[in-house]
Amino acid sequence: MSGHAASAARFAADEERAHWHDQALWAVRAKRDAQAAAIPEWEELRETAAAIKAHTLSRLADYLEEFERNARANGVEVHWARDGEEHNAIVHRILADRGVTRLVKSKSMLTEECHLNPYLIERGIEVVDTDLGERIVQLAGLPPSHIVMPAIHMKREEIGALFHDKIGTEEGASDPAYLAEAARGHLRAKFMAAQAGLTGVNFAVAESGGVVVCTNEGNADMGTSLPPIHIACMGVEKLVPRSRDLGVFLRLLARSATGQPVTSYTTHFHGPIRGGELHFVIVDNGRSAILGQETFRRSLSCIRCGACMNTCPVFRRSGGYSYGYTVPGPIGSLLAPQRDPRAYGSLPFASSLCGSCSDVCPVKIDLHHELYMFRQELVARRVVPWRKRFAMKVTGLVLGRSWSYRLAGKLMRAVVPRLPRFLVYGPWNPWGRARELPPMPRKSFRDLLREEPS
Amino acid sequence: MPKVALFVPCYVDQFYPRVGLATLRVLRKLGLDVEFPAAQTCCGQPMANSGCAADARPLAERFLAIFGGYDHVVAPSGSCVSMVRNHYGQWLEGKAGFDHLRTSTFELCEYLVDVAKVARVDGEFRRKVGLHMSCHGLRELRLARSSETMVAPFDKVRRLLAQLRGIELVELSRPDECCGFGGTFAVNEAAISSLMGRDRIADHERAGAEVIAGFDVSCLMHLEGLLRRAGKPLQVMHVAEILEPARLS
Amino acid sequence: MSSRDAILAALRKAAPPPSPLPEPPAGIVYPDPVAQFAAMVAAVGGACIRVPDLGALNVELTKLPAYARARRTVSLVAGAGSSNLDLAALGDPHELEGLDVAVVPGELGVAENAAVWVPGSSLGPHRAVFVIAEHLVLVVRADRIVHTMHQAYERIRFERPGFGVFLCGPSKTADIEQALVIGAHGPRSCTVFVLG
Repeated sequence: MSGHAASAARFAADEERAHWHDQALWAVRAKRDAQAAAIPEWEELRETAAAIKAHTLSRLADYLEEFERNARANGVEVHWARDGEEHNAIVHRILADRGVTRLVKSKSMLTEECHLNPYLIERGIEVVDTDLGERIVQLAGLPPSHIVMPAIHMKREEIGALFHDKIGTEEGASDPAYLAEAARGHLRAKFMAAQAGLTGVNFAVAESGGVVVCTNEGNADMGTSLPPIHIACMGVEKLVPRSRDLGVFLRLLARSATGQPVTSYTTHFHGPIRGGELHFVIVDNGRSAILGQETFRRSLSCIRCGACMNTCPVFRRSGGYSYGYTVPGPIGSLLAPQRDPRAYGSLPFASSLCGSCSDVCPVKIDLHHELYMFRQELVARRVVPWRKRFAMKVTGLVLGRSWSYRLAGKLMRAVVPRLPRFLVYGPWNPWGRARELPPMPRKSFRDLLREEPS
Repeated sequence: MPKVALFVPCYVDQFYPRVGLATLRVLRKLGLDVEFPAAQTCCGQPMANSGCAADARPLAERFLAIFGGYDHVVAPSGSCVSMVRNHYGQWLEGKAGFDHLRTSTFELCEYLVDVAKVARVDGEFRRKVGLHMSCHGLRELRLARSSETMVAPFDKVRRLLAQLRGIELVELSRPDECCGFGGTFAVNEAAISSLMGRDRIADHERAGAEVIAGFDVSCLMHLEGLLRRAGKPLQVMHVAEILEPARLS
Repeated sequence: MSSRDAILAALRKAAPPPSPLPEPPAGIVYPDPVAQFAAMVAAVGGACIRVPDLGALNVELTKLPAYARARRTVSLVAGAGSSNLDLAALGDPHELEGLDVAVVPGELGVAENAAVWVPGSSLGPHRAVFVIAEHLVLVVRADRIVHTMHQAYERIRFERPGFGVFLCGPSKTADIEQALVIGAHGPRSCTVFVLG
């Protein structure tokens, strides 16, 4: 056992914690359901959002050019990065050229994907994640375990101990209000000292050349309203054509993500702060390659709401870290192996294919179907171990002929009940670890059918 | 009268023959001309589910050859029917008879409700029943509204069972969470699969169910395996077994 | 080839076949959008007070404990509350630290989600006021409350270059065990006056 199955089993071995994690995320799913149910046109909104994304992806280069043109007209400096390394270098150059050594960041999964933080820190820049959840995992030296709720895997006592150690809260204190207040003070000082702010981008609007950033804490607003320099980093897929498209996506995003009607702050940047600078860094980093794959390109429609994680019965019981990738859960299980099939080959199998992700997805990515199809890619590329492929070949051959199928069934039903238990339930039988085998009746259906009056 | 082929998935044929019989009897009681094509084996899902398309494809082609000539194909399994309807296209699209096969292959409950137009279920089942809404029937065949989608509620399975005298359909806290079977997932990710199954069972227990009823034997086989290991009295039953004694009209 | 051109060329090469761009759907219409708006403000952790005119607003404003005990206040709404801080005289937004209350005009209110649209031009010389204030007071006219975000975007004109924000209740976080804490980085309270 390796890959996701192994790390998931480790997480689930602490059943009490796995259930706690499951309940916390299920509660978010339940809030999402209540919010979605309050919108009679919910399904129509999902349809529309999916169609807007599909349209945008079909003309992405044109929309990016339009976006760039309009952004420049607004006084924004626009940068392009082919990959994570170039993205990091661009951000570093902007900061270094202006003598910035203290940067505050709001949440950006793109910069996680590009590993920007260590890149900047190695070059002498203090990087402070300001979203509370992100600050918690940053202080703990960990990546986020969930794209919307980065510290969802941590218990309040663990955060209390971490804060005591790192920011001097009282020993043993674990009240969330107290800890959040302490973080507010700690981070306020960082905001006041910062020379530049960096944000991700939720949506970029081609027709206006602006970007939209959504937070609940107001950390992106604080980080971009005090220092004079704002860098916003975005993947190429963040585009929507028109500002009225924002209405469609903003109605879906927070309801799907956290079960809120909208985030507390939905901030539109159409130019630099007075006397300051605004930079957009547009990043490909493998996205154009995904766009070229007919079966899997819809994963680029993702708006990073995290609803597929909250609803995924596997994610809830295996934790974000079990996926080993920046974006975990069903959508991450599609994105990661497209980037590196060998490293992330177990992820498309980390799903029971229940389809809850596809039904919850606000942009109607057929996630579970794509996971199913991606398994074929992994077999074709021989990423799936040969023993599994061989076993399936044999199974297929046996099941593919009536005589061999009947013989195999008969043998199994005749032999298994006669075997000693330790032979049937040995370590080679993963089914039997926690489950009994099905009953082995003497007669199959087709045997009994002969006795059935017609 | 339509000529109906009974498709009994491989593991039902071998391990749960009584479910096959119950399905056959339910269909025959409707006066249908039902045949069991003896050459049938498996729809190919284990291989397809593992990504082994080349190994699944011959089974899909075989299935078309065996079942293509019938007016309707009915199976006591949502998952295997979804395989035909939603996944065979990759190999059979454009092949003679495939369009007909795809649109004429039905899961038992949807066949009873949508095709046979069963309006009345006259019978009794004096037990507390928790419905297990298996995922592929639910979200790929749309046997009922999934809890994620915001459309008008409907439920073809409940509609049939709820008419039985004495039946008490219990309310689960999570009405349609996956049980963790997931085909090869059950062995690839045995730990998570088992935990999901135990959680499902706990939900049914909290709701006071005596019987977990479902339309997919694979999920029931997984749940039953966990129940028997834990020595729990909860029973699993296929919908066909519950409907078998009833009069359908 | 520049990175820009390389990316655009790669995206053009990979582009899927054209598909149409749909219009946003017609959204929900509430029987009483102002009442819906008020209910949503409360639901997102804010307080909504309807007042007939500025006089009444000022009476209610002074009753707010946060306003009553405030030492540093800024009002960007003529006739509502008072300022004891001259924004124009501040050289740097960092000097806003310690601002107790900001009274800010909203251009639109959205019934479906309690969002209030505040364009940058309403925020004075330092836009940080809306987020750095310990307590936020928003003022929006009753006849400027729309049903949905779709209607809001039909009315919004982005300032170019510029800034604009939908504000929905106070700053909040649930990052510690999903326990809701009001006042994460920004205002600890958000009171919305609906005028008229």
